[in-house]
Amino acid sequence: MTVQLSLKAVDKFYGAIDKGVHAVRNINMDVHKGEIIALLGSSGCGKTSTLRMVAGFEDTSRGTITLAGREIQKLPPVKRNVAMAFEGYSLYPTVTVRENIAFALKAAKLSETEVAAKVKEVSEMLEITDILDRFPTSISGGQQQRASLARALVRDADLHLLDEPMGQLEPQLRTLLRGRIKHYIKERGLTAILVTHDQTEANAMADRIAVMEGGVLQQFASPEEIKEAPANLFTGTFVGEPPMNVFPAVVSDTGDQIHFDLQGGLDLQYPAKDFSADVRQAMLSRRQIVLGVRPYAVQRSAEGAPATVEANQWLGDQTHIAARFAGASIVLVEHDFTDVALGSEIRVHLNPNDLHVFDAETGQALSHGAQLA
Amino acid sequence: MESVNPIERALRGIAITLVILFFMFPIFWIILMSFQTNETILRMPPSMVFTPTLENYMALITGKLETSAGILEIAFMKNLFNSFFLSTASVAIGLVLGVPAAYAFARLKFKGSEDIAFTLLSFRFAPPLLVLLPLTIYFQQLGLANTYGGLIWVYQLIVLPLILWIVRGYFEDIPADVEYAYRIAGHSWGATFRKIALPLAGPGIAAAALLAFIFAWNNFVFALVLASADKQPVTVGALAFVTASGIQYGQIAAGIVLSIAPTFALALYAQRYLVEGLSLGAVKG
Repeated sequence: MTVQLSLKAVDKFYGAIDKGVHAVRNINMDVHKGEIIALLGSSGCGKTSTLRMVAGFEDTSRGTITLAGREIQKLPPVKRNVAMAFEGYSLYPTVTVRENIAFALKAAKLSETEVAAKVKEVSEMLEITDILDRFPTSISGGQQQRASLARALVRDADLHLLDEPMGQLEPQLRTLLRGRIKHYIKERGLTAILVTHDQTEANAMADRIAVMEGGVLQQFASPEEIKEAPANLFTGTFVGEPPMNVFPAVVSDTGDQIHFDLQGGLDLQYPAKDFSADVRQAMLSRRQIVLGVRPYAVQRSAEGAPATVEANQWLGDQTHIAARFAGASIVLVEHDFTDVALGSEIRVHLNPNDLHVFDAETGQALSHGAQLA
Repeated sequence: MESVNPIERALRGIAITLVILFFMFPIFWIILMSFQTNETILRMPPSMVFTPTLENYMALITGKLETSAGILEIAFMKNLFNSFFLSTASVAIGLVLGVPAAYAFARLKFKGSEDIAFTLLSFRFAPPLLVLLPLTIYFQQLGLANTYGGLIWVYQLIVLPLILWIVRGYFEDIPADVEYAYRIAGHSWGATFRKIALPLAGPGIAAAALLAFIFAWNNFVFALVLASADKQPVTVGALAFVTASGIQYGQIAAGIVLSIAPTFALALYAQRYLVEGLSLGAVKG
């Protein structure tokens, strides 16, 4: 696999270097040719700043950005050969949607027939053929967003940047277009970076997800890996719906038992053999840890620990139960209708193979299941 | 608006009428004066009944002012041309210099950009008299006194800050991403300025140009001191009617009507842009 885009030790400061706001901190990232990457994070996490540095709208304060073998961080946008769909659409209001889409192709000196064919293809894919001759101000937000997406995807660029490309679309259309856009990108072997705060979108479209928070790249891995082996407490709790349950705990060891002392005097015990020797060692050397468990991994079992039901919602295809547990709330997801009354007591069991253990101080993952992180 | 009660509507109508009377009466009176002779203007008590005469306008257009002391040459039409030429040229140069500068101030946050922009605006704060004396001396030494070039240069003090600040506001209103989208699609910075930024800021540029034209046209004191008769605009030229044998009120009135006509027509034509430009310039800071 060839590396198409490479970010090396990239920093972004708004204001003077080392003095201003440090928006992106020492990002290192390689994107392979033909890959779709999702930059996932909450607002202000640095994902858009990263994207704009790659596009050339923001100076790269430090570090190098290499695209298709060229170092680009000092080049003006026009010389980078990057296509971008903007979150705010940013269509040229003075020309029709068709001309908006065709602008870059004409600038690249493609023939009339080629331009027409490409515009037709991309607008059919995004279902905007009926608005091609209208002006951006006379179409809806969702249509503008698709026009903006078409303007980016129609190009044959080294890299496609899609900033929240589907935020304004109706859920049904979004689901349909997610698949189509992914297929379109893959079919042409394009490389794309998708900025989103929608986990479903990231999971559905991306080969790998880059989770960002506080300007720091928290984890860069496949959707499966992020779900099964979150690198730290942030990734663990940020990715996943409903979010991971977390409980601060103190670990101790009584020979053949491992104890997790949770808040509210709850003592979870597991046979020491459930954890490998290196996991035990890692946990015991920290003592203060945070225990994480995904809602769908929480089981109800007679020998489990007691919890008091606080809420019970049937969502049509799954039940979300929230219960008072270890001085906090625990959420569990069950796939069939569960009739437990509010205030009643249930017993929950956390399987050692489903436990994620994080260092309480640094938030770094120590183990996932019984395996060392 | 439909829930406004009749009394309130009536009061509002009266208020508007009063305001219009207050502002429009002088203009109305001057228009009346311009069709009268000095005698009917000065009679006591004043009356609105008179036989209209085109004498004043004829005198202005032919350039021959008949007074009791004889025929006086006046250069009113030349003044009118000067006004037109000076204002148009000033605005044209102001646009060429001011629009790119406004774009730079709106888009590029460089060191000291706010200070420079504010300094340019501060030219509008200082009373012209403050700079006139040194300016006169410099202009005489540089040979710029009594030249169109010199006047147009000084007029930039009026025109440039106005254009700069109004147009800057319009450029700031254009989402930067629209320009980025054009640039990333393979267009240079310059092409983006010409093809995207300029057309989108068009109404603002028009408003700024109109306002600047009116301000330049109305200028009096720079031209009074820095130009002699053949370069003077109408604002100064009207002084010629204060003659040794008396003040020619009729001709002054006709001169005023002729000289406000172009700006008045312009303002009526582009009222919407003007209001927009003024309020935008005021709100943006």
